[in-house]
Amino acid sequence: MSQADLTMVGHAPGLTTGIPPYSMTAKKMAIWLFIIADTATFAGCLVAYGFIRNGTLNWPRPFHSITNVALMTFILLTSSLTMLLAVRAAKAGDKGTAFLWTMVTAVGGLIFALLHIREWLALIDEGMTMFHNPWGTGLFGASFFSITGLHLLHVTGGVIALLAVGARYKGGRYNADDLEVTGLYWHFVDLVWMFVVPFVYLLNLTH
Amino acid sequence: MSTASEQKNGTMGRDLVVYLCLLALAAIQFVIAYENIDGTQMFVRMLIVALAEAGLALLFFMHLWSEKRMFMWSAGIFTVFVLLAMQYGWTDSFRLVNGAPWAK
Repeated sequence: MSQADLTMVGHAPGLTTGIPPYSMTAKKMAIWLFIIADTATFAGCLVAYGFIRNGTLNWPRPFHSITNVALMTFILLTSSLTMLLAVRAAKAGDKGTAFLWTMVTAVGGLIFALLHIREWLALIDEGMTMFHNPWGTGLFGASFFSITGLHLLHVTGGVIALLAVGARYKGGRYNADDLEVTGLYWHFVDLVWMFVVPFVYLLNLTH
Repeated sequence: MSTASEQKNGTMGRDLVVYLCLLALAAIQFVIAYENIDGTQMFVRMLIVALAEAGLALLFFMHLWSEKRMFMWSAGIFTVFVLLAMQYGWTDSFRLVNGAPWAK
């Protein structure tokens, strides 16, 4: 056995044979690394929000109705399903259907963003700003707008990405793998919303 | 006969079932919000449901289940470690309200 063989003993096969240990494309690996990093970003924001909320006695509970947030949740979850349909069609080589479902997903994201902005405007109209509100500590506005704003920024970026990648996929410049990578990002945006809804909205309902 | 893609990523039927489960779990969170329980209990219940939702979305919508197990474990361990490390400041948050134990 040569010295080179000896040094390889005990290593995972992927590290020595040249086969990538995770067996995924560079694009997919990159989006997973982004998702892991972004998970830490959102988790940091939510933990900081929880810290402040837990340590503040006069925390406001300004939400009277769940209708808007329920509708937003339904639309975002459904857009994840339509994204799956787009990726599935793309993998099957059905370009037209894949493009159609990608655009449906983008429209879902756009409706979500518009509903979100409408809700923001309603809260601003009631007197809520980043540092003041009529119900209690001013910290509420700062944490609410920063967390939901960060999520809204992700949704907006996602809609732009869906439109751009969808158009390039239709034009033949991108393939099914590119749609899948965009889909992973979109599902992540949906996943984050699953934590934002209970902690930022539902725990602050007026009873 | 199922295609290679279906074998790897599951069928459309499974995606639909996962979608319906996610809708149901989201609905449960809304029901919990109207339960007559204290804040801590409400938070814990909502967290459990949110983690279940996230698990389903990660494993089936994001196809983590069909990736290499080595990726699932390495990415999972890193992420969970970071998330757990963020929790060390909670005692200070309670101190802000209760003034205990350090202020005594």
